[in-house]
Amino acid sequence: MSAYSDLTLLQQQFTAALLAPSTQIPAAIAPTDEAKRQKRFNVYRNNMHAGLVAALGARYPVILRLVGDEFFQAMALAFIRQEPPTSPILAEYGAHFARFLETFEPTADLPYLPDMARLEWLRHLAYHAPDSPIAAIAELASLAPEKLGEIRLHLHPAASHLASDYPVLTIWQTNTHDATVQPISADRPGETTLITRPKLDVLLCPLPIGAGIFITALAEGETMSQAAASALADAASFDLAKTLAALFDAGAISHIQPD
Amino acid sequence: MADHQPLPAAAGSLPDRAGAGLKPEHYRAILAEQPDIGWFELHPENYMGAGRGAGGPPQYYLERIRALYPLSFHGVGLSIGSTGRLSRDHLQRLKGLMAQYQPEQFSEHLAWSSHGSAYMNDLLPLPYNQATLQLVAAHVDEAQDYLGRRMLIENPSTYATFSCSEMGEIDFLAELARRTGCGLLLDINNAYVCAHNHGFDPASYIDAFPAEWVSEIHIAGHAMIDDGIEASGIAGQLLVDTHDRPACATVWSLFRRFIRRAGPRPALIEWDNAIPAWPALHAEATRADRMMAQNHAMHCLAE
Repeated sequence: MSAYSDLTLLQQQFTAALLAPSTQIPAAIAPTDEAKRQKRFNVYRNNMHAGLVAALGARYPVILRLVGDEFFQAMALAFIRQEPPTSPILAEYGAHFARFLETFEPTADLPYLPDMARLEWLRHLAYHAPDSPIAAIAELASLAPEKLGEIRLHLHPAASHLASDYPVLTIWQTNTHDATVQPISADRPGETTLITRPKLDVLLCPLPIGAGIFITALAEGETMSQAAASALADAASFDLAKTLAALFDAGAISHIQPD
Repeated sequence: MADHQPLPAAAGSLPDRAGAGLKPEHYRAILAEQPDIGWFELHPENYMGAGRGAGGPPQYYLERIRALYPLSFHGVGLSIGSTGRLSRDHLQRLKGLMAQYQPEQFSEHLAWSSHGSAYMNDLLPLPYNQATLQLVAAHVDEAQDYLGRRMLIENPSTYATFSCSEMGEIDFLAELARRTGCGLLLDINNAYVCAHNHGFDPASYIDAFPAEWVSEIHIAGHAMIDDGIEASGIAGQLLVDTHDRPACATVWSLFRRFIRRAGPRPALIEWDNAIPAWPALHAEATRADRMMAQNHAMHCLAE
């Protein structure tokens, strides 16, 4: 590495000055006048930041609409400074935006924002997730009834769910589809959302009570009866038939594994 | 390091025609119309999923478009000029995607974009001297060995120069090609942007560019921003490579100037921001094709 120590130092200084605007720009940047050196270096700062803000805006469109362009830009810049990308793949950037929002003081009065970020990130992951066939609920009917409890349902690679204390799906829907956002009452209960992409389009749909626990149990390899028992232990009103219908309808199950 | 001669165009190379950057906004129009265009170029990083494997619309459309057209992979993530090690993970992903889609060409930039664990999402400038040349040549060798194929390196747009530069960009690129056998990608707009920003003559740059190594050309648009007051008292202008509009008249005339000297090449219309409807982008590609055809006709007349 020693052959490149000057260049390493230059790249280290350049990086520091890109990430923290208060840091001095590298001395090796050719001396015209100081104002011009700053202007030229700022083109790189702007390119980096504008590209990343645009990527976050495309990934989190509902958060962008909820807080507005100007506020989103400032919020995104604070996030970028705290957590610059660590991968050359831009689609991997922004996974921790929800966690950042949990402690971002200026949006403390929008407590549902972190869960909205989680929902939008899961949509993004579903869009890019590997392809897989989907199973039909009719396949269950062909199995002997006494075997049903012992089967394992495999989730589609694009399928996930988000259980929230806030009505995030309702908020997402009105901010995505309505020209004028519909008012949502403050005492509206929390929602669990299923995210899938059976073919090319990402789908979001509401899940019945207990379904989130059921899906988590399936993902951990439990049989259908074990998963149903876990869900019932958490929510006495868990409805297996309704939950299965929702999962198969949305293409969340890729295949059925008989015991 | 061995001296290399320019390699002849291999079978399955891109045609000497205009191509366009492949954008998700145009997937459906391209499949529906199957337009008369030479090839498409894409950033492989956009087809590597989001960290958990890759499927969905990007792969669906790319498979179908690949079945109809030649492809070029134009990487933005290898950070070939960084003093850090090339990312093996990234090389591996590139190799996998190349095995899947068999692109006719692969190019990257004379730039760096990462330091330590941070990726800056921008193509950052390098000082041109022997140490940088040795580093970039070693990285190009490593990438070409790992990927088992020749790559092209593109001249960058720059806004700053370095006091530790000891050679010109063209000498640097020509020596890099000679040492590694890599090809060159001549971005006409980048040459024009640099000429304006650093005060040299773009036509002389285009005339001096080593045409025998050039296997692809890029044509793109740029923006003009304020660059402060010059010593002369006149407000200065800085050109920024934005890829968000048609190329300007000067870039087109520099393109014509190059192909008049060097003959036709695969020529890309690069348009990545404020993306127009497909017919407008296709019209720009048709313009480049027409210029190359006119040039060919004039050559035939002259003989």
